[in-house]
Amino acid sequence: MNTAATPVVRVTGVAHRYRDIPALRDIDVDIPAGVMVGLIGPDGVGKSTLLDLIAGARKVQSGRIEVFGGDIGDQRYRDRIAPRIAYMPQGLGKNLYASLSVFENVDFFGRLFGIERSQRHRQIDELLEATALAPFRNRSAGKLSGGMKQKLGLCCALIHAPDLLILDEPTTGIDPLSRRQFWELVDRIRGRRAGMSVIVSTAYMEEAERFDWLVPMNAGRILATGSPEALKQDSGSDSLEAAFISLLPPELRGEHHALTIPPLASATHDLAISAQGLTKRFGDFTAVDSVDLDIRRGEIFGFLGSNGCGKTTTMKMLTGLLPISAGRAQLFGQPVDAGSMAVRRRVGYMSQAFSLYAELTVLQNLELHARLFHLPETRIPERIDRLLARFGLSDYRDVQAGQLPLGIRQRLSLAVAIVHEPELLILDEPTSGVDPIARDGFWELLIELSRQTGVTIFVSTHFMNEAERCDRISLMHAGRILVTDRPQAIRDAAGGVSLEDAFVEHLKAVAGTPAADTDRALSAIDGDAGTPDAGAPFSLHRLLGYSFREALEVIRDPIRLTFALLGSALLMLVLGYGISMDVEDLAFAALDRDGTPASRDYVQNIASSRYFVEQPPIVDSVELDRRMRSGELSLAIEIPPGFGADLKRGRSPEVAMWIDGSMPFRAETVGGYLQGLHLQYLTDLAIRTLGDVPTLTPADLESRYRFNQDFRSIYAMAPAVIPLLLMFIPAILTALSVVREKELGSIVNLYVSPATRVEFLIGKQLPYIAVSMVSFVTLLLVTVYVFDVPIKGDLFALFFATLIYVVTSTGLGLLVSAFTSTQITALAAAAILTMLATVSFSGLTDPVSSLEGPGRIIGDNWPATYYINIVRGIFTKGLDLGDLSGDFRRLLLFPPVLTVASILLLRRQGR
Amino acid sequence: MIGASLRTSLSHVVLLTTKELRSLWHDKVLLALIVWVFSGGIYSAATATSQELHNAPIAIVDNDHSPLSQQIRDAFYGPYFKTPELIDFDQVDPVLYAGRYTFVLVIPDGFERDVLAGKQPALQINIDATRMSQAGIGDGYIRNIVSGELNQFVSGQLPVSELPIELVTRNKYNPNLESHWFGSIMEIISNVTMLAIILTGAAVIREREHGTLEHLLVMPVRPTEIVTAKVLASGLTVLLAAGLSLELMVKGVLAVPIHGSVPLFLVGAALHLFAATSMGIFLGTVARSMPQMGLLLILTILPLQLLSGGITPRESMPDIVQTIMLAAPTTHFVSLAQSILYRAAGWDTIWPRFAALLAIGSVFFFAAVVRFRRSVAFA
Repeated sequence: MNTAATPVVRVTGVAHRYRDIPALRDIDVDIPAGVMVGLIGPDGVGKSTLLDLIAGARKVQSGRIEVFGGDIGDQRYRDRIAPRIAYMPQGLGKNLYASLSVFENVDFFGRLFGIERSQRHRQIDELLEATALAPFRNRSAGKLSGGMKQKLGLCCALIHAPDLLILDEPTTGIDPLSRRQFWELVDRIRGRRAGMSVIVSTAYMEEAERFDWLVPMNAGRILATGSPEALKQDSGSDSLEAAFISLLPPELRGEHHALTIPPLASATHDLAISAQGLTKRFGDFTAVDSVDLDIRRGEIFGFLGSNGCGKTTTMKMLTGLLPISAGRAQLFGQPVDAGSMAVRRRVGYMSQAFSLYAELTVLQNLELHARLFHLPETRIPERIDRLLARFGLSDYRDVQAGQLPLGIRQRLSLAVAIVHEPELLILDEPTSGVDPIARDGFWELLIELSRQTGVTIFVSTHFMNEAERCDRISLMHAGRILVTDRPQAIRDAAGGVSLEDAFVEHLKAVAGTPAADTDRALSAIDGDAGTPDAGAPFSLHRLLGYSFREALEVIRDPIRLTFALLGSALLMLVLGYGISMDVEDLAFAALDRDGTPASRDYVQNIASSRYFVEQPPIVDSVELDRRMRSGELSLAIEIPPGFGADLKRGRSPEVAMWIDGSMPFRAETVGGYLQGLHLQYLTDLAIRTLGDVPTLTPADLESRYRFNQDFRSIYAMAPAVIPLLLMFIPAILTALSVVREKELGSIVNLYVSPATRVEFLIGKQLPYIAVSMVSFVTLLLVTVYVFDVPIKGDLFALFFATLIYVVTSTGLGLLVSAFTSTQITALAAAAILTMLATVSFSGLTDPVSSLEGPGRIIGDNWPATYYINIVRGIFTKGLDLGDLSGDFRRLLLFPPVLTVASILLLRRQGR
Repeated sequence: MIGASLRTSLSHVVLLTTKELRSLWHDKVLLALIVWVFSGGIYSAATATSQELHNAPIAIVDNDHSPLSQQIRDAFYGPYFKTPELIDFDQVDPVLYAGRYTFVLVIPDGFERDVLAGKQPALQINIDATRMSQAGIGDGYIRNIVSGELNQFVSGQLPVSELPIELVTRNKYNPNLESHWFGSIMEIISNVTMLAIILTGAAVIREREHGTLEHLLVMPVRPTEIVTAKVLASGLTVLLAAGLSLELMVKGVLAVPIHGSVPLFLVGAALHLFAATSMGIFLGTVARSMPQMGLLLILTILPLQLLSGGITPRESMPDIVQTIMLAAPTTHFVSLAQSILYRAAGWDTIWPRFAALLAIGSVFFFAAVVRFRRSVAFA
């Protein structure tokens, strides 16, 4: 192996910017092969961007990046080498699927890289064994602790035996024990798989000591390169942290100096936080198990423990965010009460997850919180300016929070938490991912708050040097507090070792040593795992891998599945019964100015029909107007004075009918009814008075209502509701399934794996087609057995048409997902774009041939138009495939067009 | 004391509402959708049909080839009917099966001769009864047209008795029964409802998925204030869009005469938005994820839209459906919109609708507030 001669990655003149903000400025670096390379530096300096570019997850904007000697900007080359690269993005479990189990997650990645089943299963077993995840293989990824998530991420990355492993801040936010285990694992893997190159980014300088070759970065530039020893030697410093700081430009270095912590004035015994037997249970899982805490006012109290051990839950109970299951908790001597505004104003809370408004700018976020906490309006600008300066946010004041790099965002969260100068600060891992200088700056502020203004600080952290600075610390594990004391006392008790070692001992004592026989187990990654089709342009394997994963997710969400299946049947019932074109039981009243038996007879004729229901008579035209105006009457009959007399003398009196025209369909129908009733009355009258039927028209007009002799709207409507429901539900579910990956970040798996857009989209589409077909069967059963609408035509043709139709409606969902990036927009777009066209322009009520204008154009090009025709034809007219071939041909055009459009619109890389 | 706390609450609501509006402003695709539904969407929905019976496709089988049959054929023209196509008798079934025509008239051999001979021959009207909206109305029109032509043809040749009672029908509020008067307003109503529910419901889910909701709840802000701000922000946006659409699109481009008071309608719309947005938030607290929200949305929005009386008449629905739909805000909104905008009804006749909307809105609003904190705790 000649590492010097051929670098694994060669970066030449690469620059990258997000909108207006430069992330990388003109980077040139050759990264040697076969060694462990560390990108070090605080957050927001461009480490993640550079790794994204190398992994092919982002499009190279300018410059050139060669990986394994070829241009990563070339799509075809990228697809070919994708199986040789493994990428684990930043953020705990970001590329994992929370509802899938440990095994299923690794299995999915194995499928993506086309590893054949038996080999895949063997490798997964071995990897899980090696990472000590084997006992948890059926636990869902969302329920793992941070350390376990990262190990699982590593398993997913290693399943295809890569030659280049890229890890973006893999240990950020993990407890010391898990961190130690993680690096041991990586070392052993490298030992087994000689020649594998590893590129890691980290903000922990102590971790960087163990890497072979370092690339310190700052402000989008590379400061130097070389081994840790070389860097330390060049700068003449004894630690990497010091070496790094010395490499920084002088203006950044200036403020940094060692922290001194004045002792806590021990006079006060007032308790800020007091908890006894605090317990939280979620179902049968006890997250926090009878925790006792006594934190004095002004104290800095540290809270340590692995992720998922109950720290966050404890903090949430103390802030009143989570109800307490058992025990009691007091803040400032008062019981924690979710509703108490006074207490909230005295407490500042910073949650672990970034929880600011991504769409608001830094300044707007600070202002919003300052005002919500009632800072006097006059003091706000000054307070905010001070915070901006203190936290180095001045340059970002008008940048949207969502665009900030992780570390800067964290600083903003901090600034927001203390904007109202609270007496008690509850900070949940506030410094995760923040660079050393900013962390020191932050601690300086905490110390100042505690010592000078007497603010109590309750802070959780993974950094040992931060723990050392606390007055007292508690170590928590699996819901219980293992030890609470001064840091020095804890070290002394463990025999004077470092705090980290003391904790690892405590953790090992309760956790037991993980039984992982790594060396035996890791044979899996020795060889070339990828099968020949790993880099192939299309692989059914990968496509089905996506389908399988999506199907698992749908099945894991029983509410979604039940809604999708039973919800449509329920809607069918409601709409089938409810939508009726039969106009009946309309309210009418008469203004009878005549009042003779003849006029009453005429009104009676109308009242006795099933279409109209008589209301109390009208007295005068003012009342007629008022009652029609209020909508009470749909019809008013006005009979003129002298009606009876005129009728007798053959003077053809006029009867006036006032129809409420505000709903034209109803008015037209009423008009038709009245004509019929009028003629009927005249015929009856003639028979009664003359004894024979006069000739009113010279011919008989015979109306034959075909396909639906009783003219019952259920026969027409029930089949039409099926197309309606099979449009909305599949379109919305499919659109959300794709956009969800975009919003939650797992889309990166598509970017860096050999999977193509076709495989991704069609793979995701298949399960929803299946769900829709099942839903169709339920709809069919409801129509036939509940509504008694028989199927007169070809059942096979109906299924065939439905299959094409749901492929189309799920395809529409894919298309919507291609141009939307948030779930809220995808939901709105899918609902709005399909609703109008399907309800109004596809022949549900008016046939498309009667429409005009844009509605006609939309209707002619909308799949529901043809499907409604097919469904009605088969249900009510007894047609078969041959009769409907025209509609089938048109319907068949949609799926390919939609698929091609969605594929073209979906980006293959991040920007 | 009470005054002060009310003032703080108000200032919180104003701040949070501003925040919501800023978030919305940031989402350009969503804004584009809102603009589209209230402009292009309304336009295409309103102009698709101008009358209830419009361009109905009709075919005629003329086995008579007489002056009378020619006269009947010529009597069908736009805008009610398309120009009739002449087809052969054996084509009747195939064209009806294929759904090419809604109506097929069959004029039998010797029709004119038999009419003049007073033999009362039969003329057959075949109707595709699966096209509910055209079938019944069109039947009436065809009968009127054919009888008119027949009467005119035979007048002076045969004795036809005059009708002993004349029937005069007038359509109030929309004399020519132009559909777009109705369609445009109903489309606004359905958009108002759908957007109100989507905007608020999805906003709640998004805040929860991003953790910002939790953040709000540790601040001295009451759930009531958060919910009010969301109701206000989405409500105001949609109200503004609907108001502009009514003025510019409906009154302007579509030239629909509005008889009643637009401000009164907007007050009604505001009340409806209060109810619909509260409903959206309530749904947002029930659903655990956006896909669930999507399904819940479909489950509620379709009945709300289709059974409100805006598509088909309420009277025709089964009693139980009518009763249940009294609990839906859309039912009242559709009714008050028709009353105010078409029939120029005033406050005195429609206040019960306003009261109903207020009551429904309050129930959902308080349910949303109660569920709000709980939904965060169990998220």
